[in-house]
Formats: sequence, structure tokens, C-alpha cells
Amino acid sequence: MATALTRKDFVSDQEVRWCPGCGDYAILAQVQKTMPEFGIEPHNVVFISGIGCSSRFPYYMKTYGFHTIHGRAPAIATGLKVTRPDLDVWVITGDGDGLSIGGNHLIHVLRRNVDLKILLFNNRIYGLTKGQYSPTSEVGKITKSTPAGSVDFPFNPITVALGAHATFVSRTIDVEQKHLGETLKRAHQHRGASFIEILQNCNIFNDAAFNDVSDKGIKADHQLVLEHGKSLIFGKNRDKGIRMNGMRPEVVTLGQGGVSETDLVVHDETNLALAFMLANFDAPLPTPVGVFYATSRPTYDGAMNQQLADAKAKQGAGDLEELLKRGDTWTVN
Amino acid sequence: MAVPPEAAGQAADSQGQRDSGGVRKALQRRERVVIRFVGDSGDGMQLTGMQFTTESALAGNDIATLPDFPAEIRAPAGTLAGVSGFQLNFASNQIFTAGDEPDVLVAMNPAALKANLDDVPANAVIIVDREAFTEANLKRAGYSSNPLTDHSLDKYQVIEVDVTKLTTLAVKGLGLNNRAVFRSRNMFVLGLLSWLYQRPTQSTIQYLETKFKKTPDVLEANLRVFKAGFNYGETTELFTSSYSVPAAQIQTGLYRNITGNTATALGFVAAAVKSGRPLFLGSYPITPASDVLHELAGFKNFPIYTFQAEDEIAGAASAIGAAFGGAIAITTTSGPGMNLKAEAVGLAVKTELPMVITDIQRAGPSTGMPTKPEQADLLISMYGRHGESPIAIIAASTPADCFECAYEAVRIAVKYMTPVILLTDGQLANGAEPWLLPSVDSLPPINVEFRTDPNGFLPYSRDEKTLARPWAIPGTPGLEHRLGGITGENLTGNISYSPANHELMIRTRARKIACITQEIPPTEAFGEPTGGDLVVLGWGSTFGPIREAVKQVREKGKKVSHIHLRYLNPLPKDLAETLRKFKTVLVAEMNMGQLLKLIRADYLIDAVGFNKIQGRPFKVSELVNRINRTLEA
Repeated sequence: MATALTRKDFVSDQEVRWCPGCGDYAILAQVQKTMPEFGIEPHNVVFISGIGCSSRFPYYMKTYGFHTIHGRAPAIATGLKVTRPDLDVWVITGDGDGLSIGGNHLIHVLRRNVDLKILLFNNRIYGLTKGQYSPTSEVGKITKSTPAGSVDFPFNPITVALGAHATFVSRTIDVEQKHLGETLKRAHQHRGASFIEILQNCNIFNDAAFNDVSDKGIKADHQLVLEHGKSLIFGKNRDKGIRMNGMRPEVVTLGQGGVSETDLVVHDETNLALAFMLANFDAPLPTPVGVFYATSRPTYDGAMNQQLADAKAKQGAGDLEELLKRGDTWTVN
Repeated sequence: MAVPPEAAGQAADSQGQRDSGGVRKALQRRERVVIRFVGDSGDGMQLTGMQFTTESALAGNDIATLPDFPAEIRAPAGTLAGVSGFQLNFASNQIFTAGDEPDVLVAMNPAALKANLDDVPANAVIIVDREAFTEANLKRAGYSSNPLTDHSLDKYQVIEVDVTKLTTLAVKGLGLNNRAVFRSRNMFVLGLLSWLYQRPTQSTIQYLETKFKKTPDVLEANLRVFKAGFNYGETTELFTSSYSVPAAQIQTGLYRNITGNTATALGFVAAAVKSGRPLFLGSYPITPASDVLHELAGFKNFPIYTFQAEDEIAGAASAIGAAFGGAIAITTTSGPGMNLKAEAVGLAVKTELPMVITDIQRAGPSTGMPTKPEQADLLISMYGRHGESPIAIIAASTPADCFECAYEAVRIAVKYMTPVILLTDGQLANGAEPWLLPSVDSLPPINVEFRTDPNGFLPYSRDEKTLARPWAIPGTPGLEHRLGGITGENLTGNISYSPANHELMIRTRARKIACITQEIPPTEAFGEPTGGDLVVLGWGSTFGPIREAVKQVREKGKKVSHIHLRYLNPLPKDLAETLRKFKTVLVAEMNMGQLLKLIRADYLIDAVGFNKIQGRPFKVSELVNRINRTLEA
């Protein structure tokens, strides 16, 4: 690399066309800011998206990009990454794209552990089609398609990813620029399918959906930042913690009733059971953000390319002439 | 069908080639024989048929086969639903089909007999395992009395053999359990038929030695049973003579026996090797296409990537991703999968990425009859995507032709930067014929040139002659660009909602597909190249029966011709003009008239259709009758 990469190397010449105030701007800005730190030149980076507001993302990156069809980005990215393991491949999806129409591809790409960085923008609403409820909308959500309130129970993207045995599962928030950047870096370091749920505000159709964890005034009491090896502490005054009461987690206040930090749960990214428990936190428990789970497992693309390399080492490079003549042959004179 | 000799007219050398020293009985000569092996799906009839086919190929016969198996993997034993069959036509002259009706039916149980008897002509030979005609088996097959004793088979030559008992005796002392003994009955039948038609047996012995290398007792049992069957034919008085079917006169060269699915797989491998690019197959298992996935999964060292996707959509989508990255990208499926892949194929049309969608057609709609062939996916291939979405379509006409068509599909796809649909069907997929092996050097070149020069690079600039856009793959410095399904501006591909631009792009892609006509050789009419009373127009697996039927009516002096299409979209430039030389155009298809519709619509030619939608190929006799009726009308 002749000169160090900068943010500008990742900004395309296309005008960004999300609604003013959309959380997607913040995510785009942070991705463009973080990419140079990876030291990978733009021509070796590919962004692949499906359909939805978030899926416009690739047009704004000055890398290779592919805005594909609804829900199928993980499958398209799999075909690319398997045959081109040299490329840095990112998938951009949303709650509708990734969990509704493309739910099948998402769980399979996660279980296979294809080496892709998957950013799921979760705004809990269909924005591009103008405001129907999504598979992550809460029960009772009143939208254009559910005037009496939705009756279906939502998906939790983190438990879906953990259920698929994803090897890297994390959550961050559009407006938490520093945390978002750090999460992107962690995800990029990981070898395998890295899943990031980004809580993203749709100010047009579902404004303030994540206010409790993003509003500066109240977020400290609702947001639990996960850090590997550290106690689960949160709150404006850093005085609240998570303690196990038998098999159930509960919120306790440090210093009250003799509670000290040693009583609290210590986060362990390698503990799948703990990750599931954290993923299921619901009020009055805080909303965890950060890395829920990270483990190492062979990647699909790596294993497949290894099989090809092994076959070549064992049988030699393919010989077409020989292949055609396999089986019972006979000569007609 | 084998390739006929360049120079005809050599006298047939009938019996001289065979060592008949050990044959004491009379040896009668036959020009062609059709045998159908039928039994329970667990009786090994497919394997028996394939081995007999190999023996016949090695004997120098021309051959054509038609397997017929149930969709159920193991239907209840002895029932009509579980009957599996394999028909083989072997001949000392050129043949085009597996035969309309069997000369010999080998039935392993009453259900197999009952399910096939309607196809057997009077005086044909029926060989049965007498012991399988038990009361219980007769009842399962729905017989109220035993056909072996109630004279209902009097118009046939029925030969009753105690296959089970003789098999048991042959393996006596080897300590095999009853199930293992029962399972080797098919080898007795194969041995017996091998004697009856004086087949060379070495290939079967070698096959068994390889298959049972690790289980010497099972190998010994199979070899003994196979030989017992052969010797039984020689010694029993049931047969007064055996038959020879001399070698056919076919073009010289090295041959192998090949099924359509294997040929398809090899065609893709060959194309990838010639292009110098890796092959990627994204596929979801479906009958009858899965064998292409199985074949390619074994050739990893070429290199070939096979991705068993989570569904049909991901099969196509992953191929698109691989194409974007510069691989030779394939997806394989059958009817229902075509519906599911449609949106992804539309994306490949819009983004102009090369890939081959292989549809091994089966009887539909919906699940239909998964193991039976049909040709009813032509119009979904043409039009089965939303929007104006033109695509190239190529159809294979014989099992071996699948090799050339798979190869050609890749060649067209990368040359024109377009998805190509390759149509075969269940009959081609599982049917087999001798294949004259091509030399690798003789295959047409497939030139893949990726764009590398950033100067003046535009993702949708076009080659003047082909209108293909550049293949600019990720990893190339300076060519970063974004593809997408949204209508793109001409040249740049940037999102555009300009009305005029939208129409321009649609017309440009249509013109590009039309350009492919420059790849199509002149249309050849077999029969009367300059025109005549009637031409039968066909495509796909109907080649064999149409060609045979046309030959037969021509032998009666009728001015009938045959045109068979490989390129279905675009159609050959000279097709309309060629068809107009004939008074009548008869389009024979295994559908309700899909090519017929295109011909009538595109050319305003008043063609007529002959259609069969039974999950079975045309019989030659059906075509001959129809041709004659049309000529008389």
C-alpha cells in the first residue's frame, strides 16, 4: 500500500438518499471511518445487500458492491466468499430482509460459519414499503397493516443467531459511534460469520423505538455494556449490577443489602448458555450491547477450500482427458 | 444412439468376432433386441440393466436405454407402486430410441409383470421367477388367480425359472443369510440373459470385483450366482438356442457409455477447464437433477466447488455470487426449482452475469411425477420471470448431447455475459447411449477475459459484436463498481429512473440475446433439405423417436423431414425461412404445444402440434401414425 487509507477512499460518488435523520447515516459514517483501519484496499472489499432501506448501503461505499434481491444476500455472499476467499465480504441486511424473507439464508450462513461480516440494521419496522410491522416489531404494534395491533410474537435477532450457533454474535446502536466502531473492529477480527445487530432508528415510521437505550438522559439505566471478563455493571452511577438468584438473573444495587461486585455475574464471551440468558433480558433487566458470544470454529469457505486443496494434493490437478475416459470404454476400429 | 460411420456400406461382420467355441446350442442372429428388466425397487433392476448395457456396449452394439423407476424409494415390497424397470435396446445397426415395446420382459414378481404387461406385444418372451408368484405376492399385485397357470399369458412365450431356488443353491455353503441370497437374484438373471444374448461377461465380473472388494464373501456369492445364471442358460432345456446381435457399424474411435446427467456434469467440467476458471455449482437436491451434483462433488481437484445450498433460491443466488467473483457458475434443478429460482435468474439477467441454470425437466405441474420426463418448462424458461427478461435457452437432444450442450451453455454465457438456461429432462438424465469421446483439443475455445484496465472503465459499456458488458471482478484495482437489480443508467449502471433509459436498457439486453443467433449453425433438415410435404420439428429428448419415425416413413417413400432444435432462444435466424419450404410443419413435443406456440407467434406459420403428456417418451409407432395421418389430411 503506497499511502495509508483514509475515509475518503471508501466514500463513493453517489448521493446518499436515506430520509433526513435516518439512523443509517450514522452507521454508514462509522463504517466508512473504520474501514481504513483494517488496511484492506477498497478493491478487495465487497458489500452485498438484499432489499430494504439498509440495502442501499453498497451504493455509498467506494468498494465493490452488489445490491441484490430480497433476503438473498447471505446466499450470494456465500457463493462469492467460497470461490474468492481472498476478498473481505460484508453483508448488509435488515430485520425484514434478514429475518423475514431471508430468514432461512441467514440461519444457514451462520451455522455454516461462512467468513462474512453481517450487519443487520434492526429498526423493528418496514421502512421502504412505508411502515408495516416487521418480524422484530413488538406484539400489539399498530401499523398500516395491523390497525388493530400485530398479534405475532417477534424474533430476537440475537437469540436467532445464537440458536443457529453463530460464532460471533453482537449488538450495538447506531448513535453509539464509539461502540459501533469497536464492534465493527471486533467483528472484522473474527474469522467466521460475524453477526452484528445494529439497533437503528427509523425516524419516519418507528421513531424512538430504542429510546431507552439511546437517549442520553435515560440510556445509562437501561443499557448494559458487555465486556469480556468484567462484571455486569450498569446505571448512571455505575451502581447497578446483575446477580444470579438461583437460576434467575436479577438487578441489584451495589452497596445495598451487602451486595458487592464479587456477587455479580462476570461476562464470559465463550459461554453460550450465558449468552442466551443475556440475549433474553427483558425489562426490568437492562438491554445488553456488545459481544454476547465469540467462539472459534472452522469456516465453511476455509474447510471447502481445504478439501479442494487436499484433493489436488492427493489426486493431482484435474486431468480432463483422463476424466472423460473414466469407466468402461471400448474402441471401435 | 451412436455416431454412424462416415463411410457406410461395409458388410456386417456378424458372428466372426465372438468366440462361440463353447456354445453347443444353436446360435440365431438378431439385428436388434429390446429387453425390459422389471422388479421391486429393491431387486436391483437398474443395476442389472446398466451392467447388461455395458456388456452390450463392449460387444460393439449400438444401444439406447430408458430406466423407469418409482418416486418412492422403497414402496411396500411386491406392490405395483414399487415396480422399477430398465429398458434397453441393443442393435447391430444405428438406433435412436430404447424401443417402443420389449421383445423380452424379465419380471421378478407378479407386480412387475402386471405393471408392464400392457406394453408387451404378443409372442414376446416373458421370463419370470416362478417362485415369486406366491399367493401373498399375487394378492399384493392384485391378481385373483396366478397368471402362470390361468392361461392368461398364452399369447406370450413364458419361460418360468426358479431364480430364487437356483440362487440359493449357487451360494450354498457360503453362510449367507436369506436376505443376502435374495438380493443377489438379479445376478442370476443377468447371467442368464448374458448367455441368451452371448454377451461378454468380463465387465460384469470386474464390476463385482471392484464393488465388493472389501467383502470377499459377498463377492464370491455374486460371482457364483452370475456364473450359475450363465451356465443355467447353457444347460437347461428351457432355451433351444441363444442369440447373437453382431456389432454395429459405428464411427471409429474410443467410446464410453454415458447417461445424460453424467454427460452434463462432464460438459461443465470441460468448459471450466477450457476457460481456465474454477467451476462453482450451487444446488439443492431434487429428482432427477441430483446426480449432476453428485458427479461434480467428486471432482474437487479440478477445482470444482459444489455447494449444497439450503434451498433452490440459495442454489441460484450462490451461483450469482460466484459469477460476480469470476467463477464458471452453475445451478442445477428440476421443474419446481425453476419457479423458486426465477427471481434470482432475473437478477442475473439485469446485472448481466454469466451463469447456467440447468433444468432437468420432469412431469409437472407442482410435484407432478418426479421420476418421469416432460418438456413443459420451455415457456417458463422463456417467460417465467417478471418484467422483460430475455435469456438464452439451449436444449440437449440425447444423453451424450448433454455434454456438448452443457459446454455450449457455458461458452455462450461467458461470451455474452448472460445467464443461459440448459434444458434436459428425466429421460436424457437417466438414459444412456454410447458416446464417442471428443478430444479435448477439438472443443471450441472458451475465452474468459476479465477487465483490468481502469481507464475509461464503465460497468455497462459493451462489446460491439456481442453487446456483452465487461466482466470486472472484485479484487481488480480501480474497477470498484456497484451492481444491482434496480434499473441502472446506461454505461455507468448507477441507479436511474429515467423513462427513456429504462426502455433503452431493456431493448439493449434483448438485442444482446438476439445477437446469439450469430453462434448458431445453419438449420439442417434431415430428409429433404430443400423442402417437402412435411417436416417434424422437435427439440430435446424427442430427437430419438422423431428421427426413427421419420426414417421409417421415408423408407416408405414419403417426403418427410426432421428438424431438431438445440437453440430455443434465440431461435436460428434461418428457421422461419427453412420451415416455410415445407407444406406442413408438425411440432412434436411432450407438452401441450409450447414450441408450437412460439413458432406460430414468431413466424405466423400455421404449424400443427403432436403432443403427449404422459411422463413417457413418444413411441416411434405413435409418431409414424401421426405423420401418416397428417400427410393424408
